[in-house]
Amino acid sequence: MSARVGRGALWAFCALVGVWLVAPALIVVPLSFTSKASLKFPPDGWSTRWYEHFFGDPAWMSALWTSLEVGLLVTVVATTLGTAAALGLTRARMRGLALVQGSMLAPMIVPGVVLAIGVYAVFLKLQLVGTLMGFVMAHTVLALPFVMIPVTASLSGFDRRLESAAASLGAGRWTTFRTVTLPLVAPGVAAGALFAFVTSFDEVVVSLFIQSPYLQTLPVKMYASVTRETDPTIAAAATMIIVLTTSLVLIATFFVARRSRAHQ
Amino acid sequence: MASTLQAVAPPAAARQPADPERRPALLVLPALVALAVFFLFPLISMVISAFTDPVPGLGNFTWFFSETQNLRVLGRTFTTALWVTVVALVLSYPYAYAMTIAGTRARAVLTLLVLVPFWTSLMVRTFAWVILLQDTGVVNDLLGTIGLGPFSLIRTQTGVVIGMVQLLMPFMVLPLYAVMSGIDRRLLTAAGSMGARPVKAFLDVYVPLSLPGVSAGCLTVFISALGFYVTPALLGSPTDALLSQQIFTQVNGLLKWGRGGAMGVVLLGLTLAMIALLAVTLRRAGKKVTG
Repeated sequence: MSARVGRGALWAFCALVGVWLVAPALIVVPLSFTSKASLKFPPDGWSTRWYEHFFGDPAWMSALWTSLEVGLLVTVVATTLGTAAALGLTRARMRGLALVQGSMLAPMIVPGVVLAIGVYAVFLKLQLVGTLMGFVMAHTVLALPFVMIPVTASLSGFDRRLESAAASLGAGRWTTFRTVTLPLVAPGVAAGALFAFVTSFDEVVVSLFIQSPYLQTLPVKMYASVTRETDPTIAAAATMIIVLTTSLVLIATFFVARRSRAHQ
Repeated sequence: MASTLQAVAPPAAARQPADPERRPALLVLPALVALAVFFLFPLISMVISAFTDPVPGLGNFTWFFSETQNLRVLGRTFTTALWVTVVALVLSYPYAYAMTIAGTRARAVLTLLVLVPFWTSLMVRTFAWVILLQDTGVVNDLLGTIGLGPFSLIRTQTGVVIGMVQLLMPFMVLPLYAVMSGIDRRLLTAAGSMGARPVKAFLDVYVPLSLPGVSAGCLTVFISALGFYVTPALLGSPTDALLSQQIFTQVNGLLKWGRGGAMGVVLLGLTLAMIALLAVTLRRAGKKVTG
Protein backbone atom coordinates (compact mmCIF):
# COMPACT_ATOMS: atom_id res chain seq x y z
CA MET A 1 0.00 0.00 0.00
CA SER A 2 2.72 2.47 0.98
CA ALA A 3 4.69 1.49 -2.14
CA ARG A 4 1.63 2.47 -4.21
CA VAL A 5 1.43 5.85 -2.49
CA GLY A 6 5.16 6.36 -2.99
CA ARG A 7 4.87 5.58 -6.66
CA GLY A 8 1.91 7.92 -7.06
CA ALA A 9 3.86 10.70 -5.37
CA LEU A 10 6.82 10.05 -7.67
CA TRP A 11 4.65 10.34 -10.79
CA ALA A 12 2.95 13.48 -9.51
CA PHE A 13 6.37 14.99 -8.85
CA CYS A 14 7.54 14.08 -12.37
CA ALA A 15 4.39 15.58 -13.89
CA LEU A 16 5.03 18.88 -12.06
CA VAL A 17 8.68 18.93 -13.14
CA GLY A 18 7.57 18.14 -16.70
CA VAL A 19 5.16 21.08 -16.78
CA TRP A 20 7.89 23.36 -15.45
CA LEU A 21 10.33 22.08 -18.11
CA VAL A 22 8.03 22.92 -21.01
CA ALA A 23 6.34 26.01 -19.51
CA PRO A 24 8.58 28.57 -21.27
CA ALA A 25 7.94 27.09 -24.70
CA LEU A 26 4.21 26.76 -23.92
CA ILE A 27 3.53 30.38 -22.98
CA VAL A 28 5.49 32.14 -25.71
CA VAL A 29 3.40 30.86 -28.61
CA PRO A 30 -0.07 31.93 -27.32
CA LEU A 31 1.45 35.20 -26.08
CA SER A 32 2.48 36.11 -29.62
CA PHE A 33 -1.17 35.94 -30.75
CA THR A 34 -2.50 38.34 -28.11
CA SER A 35 -4.65 41.26 -29.20
CA LYS A 36 -3.43 43.55 -26.40
CA ALA A 37 -0.22 45.53 -26.43
CA SER A 38 0.97 43.91 -23.22
CA LEU A 39 2.89 40.79 -22.30
CA LYS A 40 0.21 39.66 -19.86
CA PHE A 41 -0.41 35.93 -19.85
CA PRO A 42 -2.92 34.45 -20.52
CA PRO A 43 -4.00 36.84 -23.31
CA ASP A 44 -7.56 38.27 -23.30
CA GLY A 45 -8.08 38.22 -27.07
CA TRP A 46 -6.45 36.96 -30.21
CA SER A 47 -4.91 38.59 -33.26
CA THR A 48 -1.99 38.27 -35.65
CA ARG A 49 -1.06 41.94 -35.44
CA TRP A 50 2.31 41.27 -33.74
CA TYR A 51 3.37 39.14 -36.67
CA GLU A 52 2.38 42.01 -38.99
CA HIS A 53 4.49 44.25 -36.77
CA PHE A 54 7.41 41.84 -36.93
CA PHE A 55 7.33 41.51 -40.71
CA GLY A 56 6.68 45.22 -41.21
CA ASP A 57 9.53 46.47 -39.01
CA PRO A 58 12.82 46.96 -40.90
CA ALA A 59 14.87 46.48 -37.69
CA TRP A 60 13.34 43.06 -36.91
CA MET A 61 13.48 41.99 -40.54
CA SER A 62 17.12 42.92 -40.98
CA ALA A 63 17.93 41.04 -37.75
CA LEU A 64 16.08 38.00 -39.08
CA TRP A 65 17.91 38.14 -42.42
CA THR A 66 21.28 38.61 -40.73
CA SER A 67 20.61 35.56 -38.56
CA LEU A 68 19.54 33.44 -41.54
CA GLU A 69 22.48 34.62 -43.65
CA VAL A 70 25.03 34.03 -40.88
CA GLY A 71 23.41 30.69 -40.03
CA LEU A 72 23.55 29.40 -43.60
CA LEU A 73 27.15 30.51 -44.13
CA VAL A 74 28.17 28.97 -40.78
CA THR A 75 26.42 25.75 -41.80
CA VAL A 76 28.47 25.55 -45.01
CA VAL A 77 31.82 26.52 -43.46
CA ALA A 78 31.49 24.58 -40.19
CA THR A 79 30.14 21.45 -41.89
CA THR A 80 32.99 21.45 -44.41
CA LEU A 81 35.72 22.09 -41.86
CA GLY A 82 34.17 19.78 -39.26
CA THR A 83 33.61 16.87 -41.64
CA ALA A 84 37.16 17.15 -43.02
CA ALA A 85 38.58 17.30 -39.49
CA ALA A 86 36.51 14.33 -38.33
CA LEU A 87 37.70 12.32 -41.36
CA GLY A 88 41.30 13.30 -40.70
CA LEU A 89 41.10 12.49 -37.01
CA THR A 90 39.55 9.06 -37.49
CA ARG A 91 42.03 8.13 -40.26
CA ALA A 92 45.35 9.64 -39.25
CA ARG A 93 47.73 7.73 -37.03
CA MET A 94 50.09 9.97 -35.20
CA ARG A 95 50.99 11.17 -31.76
CA GLY A 96 49.08 14.08 -30.24
CA LEU A 97 45.86 13.04 -31.96
CA ALA A 98 43.88 12.87 -28.73
CA LEU A 99 45.09 16.36 -27.85
CA VAL A 100 43.94 17.74 -31.21
CA GLN A 101 40.60 15.98 -30.83
CA GLY A 102 40.16 17.39 -27.33
CA SER A 103 41.03 20.92 -28.36
CA MET A 104 38.43 20.76 -31.14
CA LEU A 105 35.76 20.34 -28.46
CA ALA A 106 37.15 23.10 -26.22
CA PRO A 107 34.79 25.84 -27.50
CA MET A 108 31.95 23.91 -25.83
CA ILE A 109 33.33 24.37 -22.33
CA VAL A 110 34.93 27.83 -22.27
CA PRO A 111 32.47 30.33 -20.70
CA GLY A 112 30.80 32.43 -23.40
CA VAL A 113 31.79 35.80 -21.92
CA VAL A 114 35.45 34.81 -21.64
CA LEU A 115 35.59 33.87 -25.31
CA ALA A 116 33.50 36.92 -26.22
CA ILE A 117 35.88 39.52 -24.76
CA GLY A 118 38.84 37.81 -26.46
CA VAL A 119 37.06 37.68 -29.80
CA TYR A 120 35.97 41.31 -29.39
CA ALA A 121 39.57 42.46 -28.82
CA VAL A 122 40.87 40.49 -31.81
CA PHE A 123 38.00 41.65 -34.03
CA LEU A 124 38.65 45.29 -33.14
CA LYS A 125 42.21 44.85 -34.41
CA LEU A 126 41.15 42.94 -37.54
CA GLN A 127 38.22 45.34 -38.12
CA LEU A 128 35.73 42.48 -38.07
CA VAL A 129 33.32 43.99 -35.51
CA GLY A 130 29.85 44.38 -37.02
CA THR A 131 30.74 42.45 -40.17
CA LEU A 132 29.13 39.38 -41.68
CA MET A 133 32.54 37.71 -41.95
CA GLY A 134 33.12 38.32 -38.23
CA PHE A 135 29.84 36.69 -37.20
CA VAL A 136 30.44 33.73 -39.52
CA MET A 137 33.95 33.03 -38.22
CA ALA A 138 33.07 33.42 -34.52
CA HIS A 139 30.01 31.17 -34.87
CA THR A 140 31.90 28.63 -36.98
CA VAL A 141 34.35 27.95 -34.15
CA LEU A 142 31.45 27.49 -31.72
CA ALA A 143 29.61 25.20 -34.14
CA LEU A 144 32.60 22.96 -34.98
CA PRO A 145 32.19 20.57 -32.02
CA PHE A 146 28.52 20.07 -32.89
CA VAL A 147 29.51 19.01 -36.41
CA MET A 148 32.42 16.83 -35.36
CA ILE A 149 30.52 14.78 -32.77
CA PRO A 150 27.83 13.30 -35.11
CA VAL A 151 30.24 12.95 -38.06
CA THR A 152 32.80 11.12 -35.91
CA ALA A 153 30.01 8.86 -34.64
CA SER A 154 28.98 8.09 -38.24
CA LEU A 155 32.56 7.33 -39.21
CA SER A 156 33.13 4.97 -36.30
CA GLY A 157 30.50 2.60 -37.68
CA PHE A 158 31.87 2.82 -41.19
CA ASP A 159 33.40 -0.18 -42.97
CA ARG A 160 36.59 1.03 -44.62
CA ARG A 161 36.82 -2.06 -46.81
CA LEU A 162 34.16 -0.41 -48.97
CA GLU A 163 36.64 2.35 -49.81
CA SER A 164 39.35 -0.17 -50.58
CA ALA A 165 36.90 -2.00 -52.84
CA ALA A 166 36.13 1.22 -54.73
CA ALA A 167 39.85 1.97 -55.04
CA SER A 168 40.61 -1.52 -56.31
CA LEU A 169 37.97 -1.01 -58.99
CA GLY A 170 39.87 2.03 -60.20
CA ALA A 171 38.14 4.93 -58.44
CA GLY A 172 40.35 7.86 -57.51
CA ARG A 173 40.46 9.32 -53.99
CA TRP A 174 37.92 12.07 -54.73
CA THR A 175 35.56 9.75 -56.61
CA THR A 176 35.73 7.24 -53.77
CA PHE A 177 34.93 9.97 -51.24
CA ARG A 178 32.06 11.37 -53.31
CA THR A 179 30.42 8.09 -54.32
CA VAL A 180 31.19 5.80 -51.36
CA THR A 181 32.28 7.60 -48.18
CA LEU A 182 30.04 10.66 -48.24
CA PRO A 183 26.74 8.87 -48.99
CA LEU A 184 27.42 6.42 -46.14
CA VAL A 185 28.18 9.10 -43.54
CA ALA A 186 25.57 11.51 -44.96
CA PRO A 187 23.15 11.17 -41.99
CA GLY A 188 25.90 12.25 -39.58
CA VAL A 189 26.95 15.13 -41.83
CA ALA A 190 23.33 16.25 -42.23
CA ALA A 191 22.78 16.14 -38.47
CA GLY A 192 26.01 18.10 -37.97
CA ALA A 193 24.93 20.72 -40.52
CA LEU A 194 21.59 21.22 -38.77
CA PHE A 195 23.23 21.48 -35.35
CA ALA A 196 25.68 24.02 -36.81
CA PHE A 197 22.81 26.16 -38.06
CA VAL A 198 20.95 25.97 -34.76
CA THR A 199 24.12 26.81 -32.79
CA SER A 200 24.67 29.93 -34.87
CA PHE A 201 21.00 30.90 -34.92
CA ASP A 202 20.81 30.67 -31.12
CA GLU A 203 24.13 32.28 -30.13
CA VAL A 204 23.82 35.45 -28.01
CA VAL A 205 26.84 36.23 -25.87
CA VAL A 206 29.62 36.50 -28.48
CA SER A 207 27.17 38.19 -30.85
CA LEU A 208 26.37 40.84 -28.22
CA PHE A 209 30.03 41.90 -28.27
CA ILE A 210 30.69 41.79 -32.02
CA GLN A 211 27.40 43.38 -33.15
CA SER A 212 27.12 46.89 -34.51
CA PRO A 213 24.04 49.12 -34.73
CA TYR A 214 23.93 48.19 -38.42
CA LEU A 215 24.39 44.45 -38.07
CA GLN A 216 22.55 42.52 -35.37
CA THR A 217 21.38 38.94 -35.20
CA LEU A 218 17.84 38.04 -34.12
CA PRO A 219 18.75 36.89 -30.57
CA VAL A 220 20.76 40.10 -30.05
CA LYS A 221 17.80 42.21 -31.19
CA MET A 222 15.59 40.18 -28.84
CA TYR A 223 18.00 40.71 -25.95
CA ALA A 224 17.96 44.46 -26.53
CA SER A 225 14.15 44.48 -26.81
CA VAL A 226 13.57 42.48 -23.62
CA THR A 227 15.55 45.02 -21.61
CA ARG A 228 13.77 48.01 -23.15
CA GLU A 229 10.32 47.25 -24.56
CA THR A 230 7.20 45.44 -23.41
CA ASP A 231 5.79 44.73 -26.82
CA PRO A 232 4.45 41.30 -27.90
CA THR A 233 6.45 41.61 -31.15
CA ILE A 234 9.22 39.95 -29.11
CA ALA A 235 6.89 37.01 -28.51
CA ALA A 236 6.25 36.76 -32.26
CA ALA A 237 10.00 36.76 -32.90
CA ALA A 238 10.50 34.15 -30.17
CA THR A 239 7.79 31.93 -31.65
CA MET A 240 9.47 32.03 -35.04
CA ILE A 241 12.77 31.00 -33.44
CA ILE A 242 11.02 28.13 -31.58
CA VAL A 243 9.33 26.84 -34.72
CA LEU A 244 12.49 27.06 -36.81
CA THR A 245 14.97 25.55 -34.33
CA THR A 246 12.58 22.86 -33.08
CA SER A 247 11.84 21.61 -36.56
CA LEU A 248 15.54 21.60 -37.46
CA VAL A 249 16.53 19.72 -34.31
CA LEU A 250 13.71 17.21 -34.89
CA ILE A 251 15.05 16.61 -38.41
CA ALA A 252 18.60 16.24 -37.06
CA THR A 253 17.43 13.78 -34.40
CA PHE A 254 15.64 11.82 -37.11
CA PHE A 255 18.89 11.52 -39.08
CA VAL A 256 20.83 10.40 -36.00
CA ALA A 257 18.12 7.88 -35.07
CA ARG A 258 18.06 6.48 -38.59
CA ARG A 259 21.82 6.07 -38.53
CA SER A 260 21.82 4.16 -35.25
CA ARG A 261 18.93 1.98 -36.41
CA ALA A 262 20.83 1.14 -39.61
CA HIS A 263 23.67 -0.18 -37.46
CA GLN A 264 21.58 -2.36 -35.20
CA MET B 1 44.23 -2.78 -50.34
CA ALA B 2 47.57 -1.38 -49.30
CA SER B 3 45.91 1.28 -47.18
CA THR B 4 43.83 -1.31 -45.31
CA LEU B 5 46.96 -3.20 -44.38
CA GLN B 6 48.56 -0.06 -43.12
CA ALA B 7 45.46 0.83 -41.16
CA VAL B 8 45.90 -2.26 -39.02
CA ALA B 9 49.71 -1.96 -38.92
CA PRO B 10 51.27 -1.07 -35.56
CA PRO B 11 51.80 2.63 -34.79
CA ALA B 12 55.52 2.23 -35.57
CA ALA B 13 54.53 2.90 -39.17
CA ALA B 14 53.63 6.45 -38.21
CA ARG B 15 57.25 7.30 -37.63
CA GLN B 16 58.17 6.83 -41.28
CA PRO B 17 58.18 10.28 -42.91
CA ALA B 18 56.63 9.28 -46.26
CA ASP B 19 53.73 7.44 -44.64
CA PRO B 20 50.52 7.90 -46.67
CA GLU B 21 48.51 7.36 -43.48
CA ARG B 22 49.75 10.72 -42.30
CA ARG B 23 48.11 12.53 -45.15
CA PRO B 24 44.62 12.42 -43.56
CA ALA B 25 46.06 14.63 -40.84
CA LEU B 26 46.09 17.44 -43.41
CA LEU B 27 42.28 17.33 -43.41
CA VAL B 28 42.32 18.53 -39.81
CA LEU B 29 44.36 21.58 -40.74
CA PRO B 30 41.61 24.00 -41.90
CA ALA B 31 39.57 23.45 -38.73
CA LEU B 32 42.70 23.75 -36.64
CA VAL B 33 43.61 27.08 -38.28
CA ALA B 34 40.10 28.43 -37.67
CA LEU B 35 40.33 27.28 -34.06
CA ALA B 36 43.75 28.88 -33.61
CA VAL B 37 42.74 32.25 -35.08
CA PHE B 38 39.20 32.60 -33.72
CA PHE B 39 39.43 30.68 -30.44
CA LEU B 40 42.96 30.23 -29.11
CA PHE B 41 44.30 33.62 -30.22
CA PRO B 42 41.35 35.50 -28.63
CA LEU B 43 41.79 33.60 -25.36
CA ILE B 44 45.53 34.27 -25.30
CA SER B 45 45.05 37.96 -26.08
CA MET B 46 42.55 38.16 -23.22
CA VAL B 47 45.09 36.63 -20.82
CA ILE B 48 47.80 38.98 -22.11
CA SER B 49 45.59 42.04 -21.64
CA ALA B 50 44.94 40.95 -18.05
CA PHE B 51 48.69 41.19 -17.35
CA THR B 52 49.57 44.21 -19.51
CA ASP B 53 46.64 46.63 -19.76
CA PRO B 54 47.02 49.51 -18.90
CA VAL B 55 50.50 48.75 -17.42
CA PRO B 56 52.42 45.45 -17.26
CA GLY B 57 52.21 43.64 -13.95
CA LEU B 58 49.75 42.03 -11.58
CA GLY B 59 47.84 45.27 -11.00
CA ASN B 60 44.55 43.97 -12.40
CA PHE B 61 44.66 40.90 -10.18
CA THR B 62 45.54 42.83 -7.03
CA TRP B 63 42.67 45.18 -7.88
CA PHE B 64 40.33 42.20 -8.31
CA PHE B 65 41.25 40.46 -5.07
CA SER B 66 41.51 43.59 -2.93
CA GLU B 67 38.10 45.12 -3.63
CA THR B 68 35.41 43.62 -1.39
CA GLN B 69 32.86 44.37 -4.11
CA ASN B 70 34.66 41.97 -6.48
CA LEU B 71 35.02 39.27 -3.85
CA ARG B 72 31.31 39.57 -3.18
CA VAL B 73 30.63 39.07 -6.91
CA LEU B 74 32.90 36.03 -6.92
CA GLY B 75 31.16 34.60 -3.87
CA ARG B 76 27.74 35.29 -5.38
CA THR B 77 28.73 33.57 -8.62
CA PHE B 78 29.82 30.55 -6.61
CA THR B 79 26.73 30.37 -4.41
CA THR B 80 24.39 30.87 -7.38
CA ALA B 81 26.08 28.03 -9.27
CA LEU B 82 25.89 25.93 -6.11
CA TRP B 83 22.17 26.65 -5.60
CA VAL B 84 21.48 25.83 -9.24
CA THR B 85 23.35 22.54 -8.83
CA VAL B 86 21.56 21.59 -5.59
CA VAL B 87 18.07 22.42 -6.90
CA ALA B 88 18.78 20.64 -10.19
CA LEU B 89 19.92 17.54 -8.28
CA VAL B 90 16.87 17.54 -6.00
CA LEU B 91 14.54 17.77 -9.01
CA SER B 92 16.52 15.42 -11.25
CA TYR B 93 17.20 12.49 -8.91
CA PRO B 94 13.57 11.35 -8.54
CA TYR B 95 12.95 12.24 -12.19
CA ALA B 96 15.82 10.07 -13.45
CA TYR B 97 14.76 7.31 -11.04
CA ALA B 98 11.23 7.43 -12.48
CA MET B 99 12.75 7.09 -15.96
CA THR B 100 14.38 3.80 -14.96
CA ILE B 101 11.17 2.23 -13.61
CA ALA B 102 8.85 3.64 -16.32
CA GLY B 103 7.46 1.59 -19.18
CA THR B 104 8.76 2.22 -22.71
CA ARG B 105 6.16 4.83 -23.59
CA ALA B 106 6.30 6.73 -20.28
CA ARG B 107 10.09 6.75 -20.50
CA ALA B 108 9.91 8.22 -24.01
CA VAL B 109 7.64 11.01 -22.71
CA LEU B 110 9.93 11.76 -19.74
CA THR B 111 12.98 11.83 -22.03
CA LEU B 112 11.23 14.11 -24.50
CA LEU B 113 10.21 16.52 -21.71
CA VAL B 114 13.72 16.78 -20.32
CA LEU B 115 15.14 17.36 -23.79
CA VAL B 116 12.78 20.27 -24.54
CA PRO B 117 15.10 22.77 -22.79
CA PHE B 118 17.92 21.52 -25.04
CA TRP B 119 15.91 22.37 -28.13
CA THR B 120 14.30 25.68 -27.41
CA SER B 121 16.48 28.71 -27.87
CA LEU B 122 18.25 30.09 -24.82
CA MET B 123 17.12 33.63 -25.57
CA VAL B 124 13.51 32.49 -26.03
CA ARG B 125 13.45 30.57 -22.76
CA THR B 126 14.95 33.45 -20.84
CA PHE B 127 12.37 35.80 -22.33
CA ALA B 128 9.62 33.36 -21.35
CA TRP B 129 10.87 33.29 -17.75
CA VAL B 130 10.87 37.09 -17.70
CA ILE B 131 7.15 36.93 -18.55
CA LEU B 132 6.35 34.01 -16.23
CA LEU B 133 8.13 35.46 -13.21
CA GLN B 134 7.05 39.10 -13.44
CA ASP B 135 5.20 40.53 -10.46
CA THR B 136 1.84 40.17 -12.19
CA GLY B 137 2.87 36.99 -14.03
CA VAL B 138 1.39 33.51 -14.16
CA VAL B 139 3.48 32.13 -11.31
CA ASN B 140 2.34 34.85 -8.95
CA ASP B 141 -1.28 34.46 -10.15
CA LEU B 142 -1.14 30.75 -9.36
CA LEU B 143 0.47 31.38 -5.98
CA GLY B 144 -2.25 33.96 -5.32
CA THR B 145 -5.07 31.50 -5.98
CA ILE B 146 -3.69 29.11 -3.38
CA GLY B 147 -3.36 32.00 -0.96
CA LEU B 148 0.37 32.70 -1.18
CA GLY B 149 2.37 35.62 -2.40
CA PRO B 150 2.75 37.76 -4.30
CA PHE B 151 6.48 37.16 -4.29
CA SER B 152 9.00 39.25 -6.15
CA LEU B 153 10.70 36.65 -8.29
CA ILE B 154 12.14 38.61 -11.16
CA ARG B 155 15.31 40.60 -10.40
CA THR B 156 16.07 38.24 -7.53
CA GLN B 157 18.47 35.35 -7.08
CA THR B 158 15.46 33.01 -6.83
CA GLY B 159 14.39 33.99 -10.33
CA VAL B 160 17.89 33.44 -11.68
CA VAL B 161 18.04 29.98 -10.08
CA ILE B 162 14.58 29.00 -11.41
CA GLY B 163 15.56 29.97 -14.96
CA MET B 164 19.02 28.44 -14.88
CA VAL B 165 17.88 25.11 -13.42
CA GLN B 166 15.31 24.76 -16.18
CA LEU B 167 18.02 25.42 -18.77
CA LEU B 168 20.57 23.03 -17.26
CA MET B 169 18.40 20.14 -16.08
CA PRO B 170 19.15 17.86 -19.05
CA PHE B 171 22.84 17.90 -18.05
CA MET B 172 21.85 16.52 -14.64
CA VAL B 173 19.14 14.04 -15.66
CA LEU B 174 21.03 12.36 -18.51
CA PRO B 175 24.16 11.24 -16.58
CA LEU B 176 21.96 10.24 -13.60
CA TYR B 177 19.75 8.14 -15.86
CA ALA B 178 22.81 6.57 -17.55
CA VAL B 179 24.19 5.38 -14.21
CA MET B 180 20.83 4.45 -12.65
CA SER B 181 19.73 2.31 -15.59
CA GLY B 182 22.86 0.20 -15.02
CA ILE B 183 22.05 -0.51 -11.36
CA ASP B 184 20.82 -4.04 -10.74
CA ARG B 185 17.49 -3.66 -8.95
CA ARG B 186 17.75 -7.21 -7.57
CA LEU B 187 20.24 -5.74 -5.09
CA LEU B 188 17.31 -3.90 -3.48
CA THR B 189 15.34 -7.15 -3.27
CA ALA B 190 18.37 -8.85 -1.76
CA ALA B 191 18.69 -6.08 0.85
CA GLY B 192 14.98 -6.47 1.59
CA SER B 193 15.30 -10.23 2.05
CA MET B 194 18.07 -9.56 4.57
CA GLY B 195 15.56 -7.53 6.56
CA ALA B 196 16.29 -3.96 5.42
CA ARG B 197 13.26 -1.72 5.18
CA PRO B 198 12.75 -0.23 1.66
CA VAL B 199 13.98 3.24 2.65
CA LYS B 200 17.10 1.86 4.34
CA ALA B 201 17.80 -0.47 1.40
CA PHE B 202 17.43 2.47 -0.99
CA LEU B 203 19.73 4.76 1.01
CA ASP B 204 22.38 2.12 1.77
CA VAL B 205 22.43 0.25 -1.54
CA TYR B 206 20.92 2.29 -4.36
CA VAL B 207 22.17 5.80 -3.53
CA PRO B 208 25.88 4.85 -3.20
CA LEU B 209 25.73 3.01 -6.53
CA SER B 210 24.24 6.09 -8.22
CA LEU B 211 26.96 8.46 -6.94
CA PRO B 212 29.09 8.46 -10.16
CA GLY B 213 26.06 9.88 -11.99
CA VAL B 214 25.48 12.41 -9.21
CA SER B 215 29.04 13.74 -9.33
CA ALA B 216 29.15 13.87 -13.14
CA GLY B 217 25.81 15.69 -13.32
CA CYS B 218 26.60 18.09 -10.47
CA LEU B 219 29.99 19.10 -11.86
CA THR B 220 28.64 19.58 -15.39
CA VAL B 221 25.79 21.78 -14.15
CA PHE B 222 28.09 23.70 -11.79
CA ILE B 223 30.63 24.38 -14.57
CA SER B 224 27.95 25.58 -16.99
CA ALA B 225 26.28 27.73 -14.33
CA LEU B 226 29.56 29.51 -13.47
CA GLY B 227 29.80 31.08 -16.91
CA PHE B 228 26.16 31.92 -17.59
CA TYR B 229 25.52 35.41 -18.89
CA VAL B 230 22.14 35.98 -20.55
CA THR B 231 19.84 34.42 -17.95
CA PRO B 232 21.28 36.18 -14.87
CA ALA B 233 21.53 39.43 -16.84
CA LEU B 234 17.81 39.41 -17.69
CA LEU B 235 16.31 37.62 -14.66
CA GLY B 236 18.63 38.93 -11.96
CA SER B 237 19.06 42.37 -10.51
CA PRO B 238 21.88 44.64 -11.74
CA THR B 239 23.03 45.14 -8.14
CA ASP B 240 23.40 41.37 -7.69
CA ALA B 241 25.53 40.88 -10.81
CA LEU B 242 27.52 37.70 -11.37
CA LEU B 243 31.10 37.47 -12.60
CA SER B 244 30.21 37.16 -16.29
CA GLN B 245 28.04 40.30 -16.11
CA GLN B 246 30.83 42.21 -14.40
CA ILE B 247 33.22 41.15 -17.18
CA PHE B 248 30.76 42.45 -19.75
CA THR B 249 30.44 45.77 -17.89
CA GLN B 250 34.20 46.23 -17.49
CA VAL B 251 34.95 45.64 -21.16
CA ASN B 252 31.87 46.88 -22.98
CA GLY B 253 30.81 49.68 -20.67
CA LEU B 254 33.99 50.94 -19.02
CA LEU B 255 36.55 49.83 -21.63
CA LYS B 256 38.75 48.44 -18.84
CA TRP B 257 40.25 45.63 -20.89
CA GLY B 258 42.82 44.63 -18.30
CA ARG B 259 40.31 44.39 -15.47
CA GLY B 260 37.82 42.49 -17.63
CA GLY B 261 40.67 40.24 -18.74
CA ALA B 262 41.72 39.53 -15.15
CA MET B 263 38.12 38.61 -14.28
CA GLY B 264 38.04 36.44 -17.39
CA VAL B 265 41.21 34.67 -16.27
CA VAL B 266 39.65 34.02 -12.84
CA LEU B 267 36.46 32.64 -14.40
CA LEU B 268 38.40 30.53 -16.92
CA GLY B 269 40.69 29.23 -14.18
CA LEU B 270 37.72 28.25 -12.01
CA THR B 271 36.04 26.51 -14.93
CA LEU B 272 39.19 24.58 -15.89
CA ALA B 273 39.76 23.55 -12.26
CA MET B 274 36.21 22.17 -12.12
CA ILE B 275 36.71 20.34 -15.42
CA ALA B 276 39.90 18.75 -14.06
CA LEU B 277 37.92 17.67 -11.00
CA LEU B 278 35.23 16.22 -13.27
CA ALA B 279 37.83 14.28 -15.28
CA VAL B 280 39.40 12.82 -12.11
CA THR B 281 35.99 11.91 -10.67
CA LEU B 282 34.86 10.23 -13.87
CA ARG B 283 38.12 8.26 -14.19
CA ARG B 284 37.84 7.09 -10.59
CA ALA B 285 34.18 6.14 -11.10
CA GLY B 286 35.11 4.25 -14.26
CA LYS B 287 37.81 2.33 -12.39
CA LYS B 288 35.37 1.43 -9.65
CA VAL B 289 32.89 0.06 -12.16
CA THR B 290 35.37 -1.92 -14.27
CA GLY B 291 37.84 -2.92 -11.56
